[in-house]
Amino acid sequence: MRIKKIMAAAAVLLLLLAAALSAGGGKPESTVIVAGSTSVQPYAEMLAEEYSILYPEREVDVQGGGSSTGITAALSGTADIGMSSRELKGDEENTWNAIIAKDGLVVIVHPDNPIGDLTVEQVRGIYAGTFTTWSELGGTAEHKIHVIAREEGSGTRSAFESMVMDGVMITPTAIVQASNGSVRQLVGSDRNSIGFISLGLVDDTIKDLKLDGISASWENIMNNSYMLFRPFIFVANVEPSGPAKHFIDFVLSAEGQALLTREGLISITEGAQ
Amino acid sequence: MNSRDHERIAKALIWTAALFVLAVLAFILIYILARGLPRLDWEFLTEIPRNMGRSGGVSSTIVGTLMVTSLAVAIAVPFGIGTAFYLAEYTRGGYITRIIRFCAESLAGIPSIVYGLFGFIFFVIFLGLGWSVISGALTLSVMILPTLIRTSEEAIRAVPNIYREVSYSLSATKWQTIIKVVFPSALPGIANGIILSVGRCIAETAAVILTAGSALRMPSSVFSPTRTMAVHFYILAMEGISMENAFGTAALLIILIFLINVVANTFVNRFVAKGVKR
Amino acid sequence: MKTFRENLSGYIFMLLALSSISALALITVFIIVQGAPLIADVGVIDFIFGMTWAPSQGEYGIFPMIIGSLSVTLGAVILGVPVGICCAIFLAEFAPVKLRNLFRPAIQLLAGIPSVVYGFWGLIFIVPFIRDYLGGPGLSILAASVILAIMILPTVISISEVSILALPRQYKEGALALGMTHWQTIFYVILPAAKSGIVAAIILGIGRAIGETMAVIMVVGNATAIPTSILDPVRTLTTNIGIEMGYASGEHRQALFATGIVLFIIIMVLNSLAQYITRKK
Repeated sequence: MRIKKIMAAAAVLLLLLAAALSAGGGKPESTVIVAGSTSVQPYAEMLAEEYSILYPEREVDVQGGGSSTGITAALSGTADIGMSSRELKGDEENTWNAIIAKDGLVVIVHPDNPIGDLTVEQVRGIYAGTFTTWSELGGTAEHKIHVIAREEGSGTRSAFESMVMDGVMITPTAIVQASNGSVRQLVGSDRNSIGFISLGLVDDTIKDLKLDGISASWENIMNNSYMLFRPFIFVANVEPSGPAKHFIDFVLSAEGQALLTREGLISITEGAQ
Repeated sequence: MNSRDHERIAKALIWTAALFVLAVLAFILIYILARGLPRLDWEFLTEIPRNMGRSGGVSSTIVGTLMVTSLAVAIAVPFGIGTAFYLAEYTRGGYITRIIRFCAESLAGIPSIVYGLFGFIFFVIFLGLGWSVISGALTLSVMILPTLIRTSEEAIRAVPNIYREVSYSLSATKWQTIIKVVFPSALPGIANGIILSVGRCIAETAAVILTAGSALRMPSSVFSPTRTMAVHFYILAMEGISMENAFGTAALLIILIFLINVVANTFVNRFVAKGVKR
Repeated sequence: MKTFRENLSGYIFMLLALSSISALALITVFIIVQGAPLIADVGVIDFIFGMTWAPSQGEYGIFPMIIGSLSVTLGAVILGVPVGICCAIFLAEFAPVKLRNLFRPAIQLLAGIPSVVYGFWGLIFIVPFIRDYLGGPGLSILAASVILAIMILPTVISISEVSILALPRQYKEGALALGMTHWQTIFYVILPAAKSGIVAAIILGIGRAIGETMAVIMVVGNATAIPTSILDPVRTLTTNIGIEMGYASGEHRQALFATGIVLFIIIMVLNSLAQYITRKK
């Protein structure tokens, strides 16, 4: 008896499953899939949300996974648009691509750290492992510096490497974290740490440092005096058309750019190219 | 020191260890629930996430979790149990059986991110299923298969041989013996394996993020992309979007797993184990 | 009709088994095909014993990660296994019924909590604790060992408990009848008799610890240098894959799959060990 009941339950489940499968029948043609960098993802999600309010009949889905995942997906057509927070490499440059905004990078320390200003050489020295205690940099503490970096391949790290490290390798003893959020979380809880994150994520749990005396503000990036920023790029297999183009046009429009500026990014229409 | 002292010390040690484990567990649960439960209200349960998950609720991630998990388990269970029966009842002790079992056990230890990458390249890109509930479910079903095979096979092997012999002596066929005698006796063990697999699916992050995606919209079919609760928690916490909502999601996950355990235990105790005490 | 159904059911089981096995084989082949070319390029010795991991410079040495995996796992075993075995003895021999009925579902719940939740709890509780009271950056071998020790407890406890409970009653009764105390019975009779099961539990726990990714990424620091103390950050084989996979392309991605092959081999060795020990009985 029991067995029959179980079998019957299983059969019903399978039927429901088959029904669900056949009811699906593929994604609606109008859905635009945007995928890639986790640094761009929150902004793309915000854009998609505003977009769906303006155009309720159109749908945009945003996926994370990383820059390379997004580019792979865009090249294979699985995603309509790939998001990258790093410069395109090799074959990737032969794709259709557009910079949608720029994101400042900020070197951050714990709020209690007395240091408020470092030169680019000093930052390079810290990340190369030549400076190991804060007192070497004018700080009072003899404590070891806890250096926090991002993982190999991340857009944030490669931007930092090309703009600060100048060919010097980041020390292998550096702590590596997989996201902006966890770098901020760590620096905010560790007095002796130093890290770098997106300008848009700066809050009062951490202190952002001036580089060569210039603070990482939106204005200073716009007037070309603060040089630490990287592009957020949309990538597609071929020149987008239809729904994907409609969404990209929205992102590049004054309206879309204003939304990105509100979130702390630098719009493409202003400042340094 | 005499043996009575030894006895006392040893007993104290073991009690301490046990209570320590309970205390650690209680601490973790209280730590998360204390921060997460205040966030749980009707709105949190029924609204979809807004503003990257900073506000709104988590309803679409609950639906996504349930869809991905149930589909993955529904796909994997027939294959897992069928394979276990084949290994245990049809190819007893063979050389090939041992190799298969060995490979399955080794695959059970591979980090889930590798399954995720396999799923991404095979289901998402190669089969063209895209980021979807179905891609996520297929990937997870492959991931839980080794565990399912192993636990089911163990449960089947634990059924005393005398059961089978009695069944055959009553002129039952092999199929009848398997379905009417072995399966019911092994069911508590098999059910345990299924519960474990359900838990793994709900808790999985790395494999799902690459295959089911991380879309915040309510999934409309199995071909829609979705974000599961574990992925939502990971993104909220690690991208530093909203600690409050991250803890809320974590609390909800723990409650969900607790409920599933309770239901499953009741099922095993009441419905299955009756009369088949082992 | 009867024989037809017999044959059919046999074939169905075989078909199910074949499809599961081919799915598993597909994954194995996939990992090897993706990773093997890089190992061949770099050379097995240089890959496994190379000290520098710098994919952007084309350097692929995973020795620091092997050390990382071993040290973190060893730490988890030292912290988790004795406690786990004590708990198993407690559940099988000492626990009052009420406490046991609380303990078992609790262990089940412990096994079900997502690893990201453990990792996050470690990041906001264990890591600052280590940093403030023991020194170092907090993200460390020790932090990962503590988290993993908690995560392997359910495996160690439940499998050890089952193997203790599976012993024939006569063992215990005989020992007690000979005038042994309860503790002597446990120590000289029950534990030796359940040894193979307990060892299998430990090895499975090791497998769980060595294969864990997300929780470890969050608390271990992921530095690619060889650690000098348990308070240093380190990178394990799994976190190497987990942390870089989303952003890797080309050779870099192959190197991550190659890391997967090494992990696969380590886990196969562990499993052979477990099988050998359980069969020796």
